[in-house]
Parts: sequence; structure tokens; C-alpha cells
Amino acid sequence: MAELTYRDAVARGIAQEMARDPDVVFLGEDVAKAGGVFKATVGLYEQFGPLRVRDTPISEQAILGAAMGAAMTGLKPIAEIMFSDFFAVCFDYIANEFPKSRYMSNGQTKCPLVVRTGNGAGSRFGAQHSQSVENWCMMIPGLKVVAPSTPLDVIGLLAAAVRDPDPVIFLEHKSLYATKGEVPDGEIVDTLGTAKIVRPGKDCTIIALALMVSRALAAAEILQVEHGIDCEVIDVRSLVPLDTKTILGSVAKTHRLFSVEENPRLCGWGAEIVSIVADEAFYDLDGPPVRITTPHIPLPAADNLEDLVLPTPARIVETIRRSLGS
Amino acid sequence: MSTAKDRSPAGSGLNDDIGEQKRLALYRSQVRLREAEQRAFDLFLQNLVKGTSHLSLGQEAIAAGFAEAMVKGDLSFCTYRGHAHTLARGVPVEKVLGELMQRDNGLMRGKGGSMHLTSEEHGVMGSYAIIGAHLPIACGAAWRAQYKGDKDVSVCFFGDGTTNIGAFHEALNFAAIWKLPVVFVCENNLYMEYTPIGDVTAVEHPAADRASAYGLERIVIDGNDADEVYRTAQKAFAKARAGEGPSLIECMTYRHSGHSRADPAKYRPEGELEKWKLRDPIKIYRERLKQFGVSDETISAIDASVLKEVDDATEACKAAPVPPEEIIFTDVYANGGWAWRN
Repeated sequence: MAELTYRDAVARGIAQEMARDPDVVFLGEDVAKAGGVFKATVGLYEQFGPLRVRDTPISEQAILGAAMGAAMTGLKPIAEIMFSDFFAVCFDYIANEFPKSRYMSNGQTKCPLVVRTGNGAGSRFGAQHSQSVENWCMMIPGLKVVAPSTPLDVIGLLAAAVRDPDPVIFLEHKSLYATKGEVPDGEIVDTLGTAKIVRPGKDCTIIALALMVSRALAAAEILQVEHGIDCEVIDVRSLVPLDTKTILGSVAKTHRLFSVEENPRLCGWGAEIVSIVADEAFYDLDGPPVRITTPHIPLPAADNLEDLVLPTPARIVETIRRSLGS
Repeated sequence: MSTAKDRSPAGSGLNDDIGEQKRLALYRSQVRLREAEQRAFDLFLQNLVKGTSHLSLGQEAIAAGFAEAMVKGDLSFCTYRGHAHTLARGVPVEKVLGELMQRDNGLMRGKGGSMHLTSEEHGVMGSYAIIGAHLPIACGAAWRAQYKGDKDVSVCFFGDGTTNIGAFHEALNFAAIWKLPVVFVCENNLYMEYTPIGDVTAVEHPAADRASAYGLERIVIDGNDADEVYRTAQKAFAKARAGEGPSLIECMTYRHSGHSRADPAKYRPEGELEKWKLRDPIKIYRERLKQFGVSDETISAIDASVLKEVDDATEACKAAPVPPEEIIFTDVYANGGWAWRN
């Protein structure tokens, strides 16, 4: 058991898979010799060499296209897109190519690859380097989408993503890179499509993702101590496949649902879950499901402004307290 | 390998490097592409081919020339104008017409359609309907060959219009810096959809005039001469297999039909089509065979056997059922299904 940062967990997860399987290769901008702009891939170039860990030009289409061609013909590429906002310049591969090739070819082709990216706000980078784009990816049939919140989950879900036969979008949160967590020694492999109850409770269910998990947990603590509200917090972890069983099971127990989403409000991932709960668990609910999201605006850069727009523990506490009428 | 039998009549003065056997294969392939696509057009007029379709009538020498230079294991990456390239790798006409006719015997059982023909067993790694998307993908397949020490070449076909989209330039630079075994083939048929390519491109030769920007040789060839295409392909493949990197080849040609089935091509200047029809690749090649002493009977026998394949395929497709509804939900994910939740 060792304490590891989320950043170092990325490198350890990649290294674990590259050491296991010589078909795993890694490419992206500044990822090799420089160790990544977030220093999340330090040491991989030295350990695995220039044939397996490759720096690319600033060519996001070439990066994702090359990953796809390699995946179709037998490799298991991990591609890095430095900031998830840049998905917009290579979205053809994410929306049209990776997820549709197998279907259109009636199952002839395969696309086992992972796209890692730095997602989310908190670094004051402004509206083009801070977005949470998980909802951009979740809406596309044929993709899998995961977003770990802890160093342990980074390794386990990354391993699962690399071993998965489908294209997986792996969203690392930039504001979590410096956070730490306990990680056991040895090989770690998790399962895609599994949510995790990170705090059991009986009065309401809070579903959260990535950076928002720690905020939901902080809010749950305040709600418990100051208001006597016992929240169950679920780290959704995997948007596709979506572990609706865990979420519906929790709602059946607590009878209330709150989502905490960093993505802007319209078509955020929580909306889909609320819709599923409304369809399938309406009579389990004692009150309306409530979504706590970033407002539907581009993100501002300044400290005080960015802090105001992201869901905070205080906003979560206030929303839940008011909704539950206590 | 050239044999005595392959050689042209002594003293003909003609280059006999290709040999009779390969020349007959090149001819047969071109006629087959022509007949199959002409049939697709006829079936469209009968409302039996649905959706859109983009024909390569007039451009057959490029597909045939490259495919005949490829060996098993080499990979083709095609565009939405991909019928010819798919057929040229040996995919049965019935499979292609079946897909165009939305039948269960189609190459992808009606799940892909005309613009996405794919036959992995023949090395046809897909037809891509987003302009430029497959150039980086071909780079990736070539990267795999380079990394694993495989000797196959990835061949990526596209039109003149593709040279103005970003992915073209990203892929060329990427292939050049990584020295990938990929061959980029631009079929310059003079029109970007409905617009003359010269009206929207800063240079005369949309592909070749950009080659120097990526440290590549400037190559422009007659895309209506299957021999020239074949020789150029062989040279580029040898270079790729030797680890000497990518090639970019611009083939000058002309499509006899409109951009897609919806396009009567009224934007062409009067007489242009007629002028190019004098340089019809099949007409050129038939004359070439005769110069090399191939008999009319041999040529007619090839024509007849091709026509029979196309006729048989047409009847088989007309008799084939439509795809069953249950395949709507298959092969979204690798487990064969479409489940996105538990």
C-alpha cells in the first residue's frame, strides 16, 4: 500500500498495461520526452522507449485517426488529447469514426482504444481549457465513457479501459491531478460500468462524477453534522455503460435524488439519469429529483468567478437542505 | 515474374515489363468495375438501388492499377466513392450490389450502405464518408505495420476535394515524420463535388503541389492509363516496404457521371465529357492489349465472363431478402449487442 497522486496513478496505470501487453502503445502531444503537460506520463518514455511512447505534432485529428487505424489492425493504443476542450477539433473520430465503424461494417472491424484527456475546471484556464465535456461523449452510441475520481480508480479503470474491446473515452480531472489516495501494490484492474457507493446513507441519494465526488462528500458531511440529513453518495464513475442498478437501488432506499454535475446544465449527464429514475422509479420518489450543475454559460477565468459557477459543497448543502425542507 | 509467354511480340517496341498475364488482369478488373457500376446506375433508375451512390465511371484505371499492384495483406482505405476500390480487391459483385440494393446478402447486410463498403477479409478496411477522415486512419494502420515489423502497405484513396481539408495535411505531415508505410492516392477528377477544383485551390495540382511541404516527391500521373498507375503503385509500395516512408500520388482522371446520383453534372463545359471519353481508360487499355497482340476473342471472352458475373449478381440480389430487423441492435459494441446500461 502506498500513497499516490492522481497524476502518478495515470503513469502507473499506463505502465502496468504497457508492461503486460506489448501491443499497448501510447501517443500524444508532449507525452513522451516531456512527460506530459500535466506531468501525468513522466517516466513512460524512459521505461518503454520511443517506439511505444511517441510524441506527436499538434494534430489532434492525426492523433485520434492514427490511434484508430492502429486499433483496427491489432494494436491497443492509448491516445492523449491534452485538454478535453480539444475534442472539438477531432470530434469526427469521437462521434463518427470510432463508434460507428463496427456497426456499419456489420461487425467486421474493431476499435479497441483509449482516449485519455484532461477534463474539467478549477485551473482558471478560461472557457476553452476548462470545460467538462463528459456529456459530449455520453450521447454517442458506440462509445464507453469513464471518469475516475481517485488515484485507485484511475489505475483500475484505465486498466479496464485498455483491456476493453471498445473505444473508451477516459476523462481525467485536471483539478484532481495533485490529489492523493491510498493504492495497494500489485496489479489493479477494475470493471467498467460500475458505480460505487462512496458514502452510505438513508435520507437522500447524491450522484456525482470526478471532481464533484469530493464536493458531494464534503456536503454530505455538513448535512449530517449540521442538519441531521444522512446522504448516500454515489460516484457514478462510468457514464457508459451506466450502472443504473446501483442508482435505482439507492433511490429505492432513500426516495430522493440529487445530481452534482460539472457540465453545463443542458443535456448534462444527470438529466439522463433523472429521466431513467422518473421512468422507472417514479413511485419510489418522495420529491422531485434535483440537478445541481454549472449554469449554462461558458466558463469565466477569474478565481472568484469560476468558483461561483461550479457546484460547491455550500451550494449542494443549501439545495438539498431546502429541497428536503429541513 | 515475367515469362516467355508474357512477353510482347519481339520488335514491337512496346514496354513489356508488365507482362500479358498482369495486363489481362488489369483489363478484366477495369471492365468489371465499369460493368458493376454501370449496373448499379441502371438499378438505381429502376429504384432498386436506394440511398445515395457515388460512381467512379471513367476512373477505373486507378482502382484497378493500385489493386493489381497490391498483395494479400495490403490494406485499402476508401472514400464514399469506394465501390471500385472495394471490387478491385476481389470482393464479389454480388456483395457490393447487395449492399447498394439493401439486401441481406450485402457486404454489411444493409447496415452500412453504399458509402461505407468494408471487407476486412479482402483488406478493404472501410469506406469513409467524412472527407479526409481516413488519411490519419491509414497512418495508424501503417504505424502498426512499422511497429510490428509487418510488411503490408496501407493505401489511402481520396479525391481532389480532400486536399483542402485539415486532416489531409495533418496526415501527410504525420506520415512523413514517422516515415510510415502508407501511400496516399489522390484521384483528381477535376471537380470537388459540383465545383471545379481549380476554383477553390491555390495551386494547379491540389495534391502534388503540396507534396514538397511534407518533404515528399511531386508525382502527377495519367490516371486513365492502368499501366502507368500500376507501375507507379509498384514503385511506391516498394519504397514503403523498404521502410523509406510515404508517397503522395496525384492521378489525373475524369468521372463520366455526376458527383452522386442526384447530380446531372450540368456545370461541365460543353464538350469536356466527350473529350475525356476519347481517353476512356477501358478504351485505351483495349487498344493496348491489341498492340501487344492479344486477340479479339480473348478480349471478348473476358468481357463476356465479367458480364455474366454482373448478371448473376444482379439476379441473386433481386432474389435476396431484405435484412432481418433484429440486426438493428447488433454490433454496436464488441459483445455483439448495444446495451449501454445494466
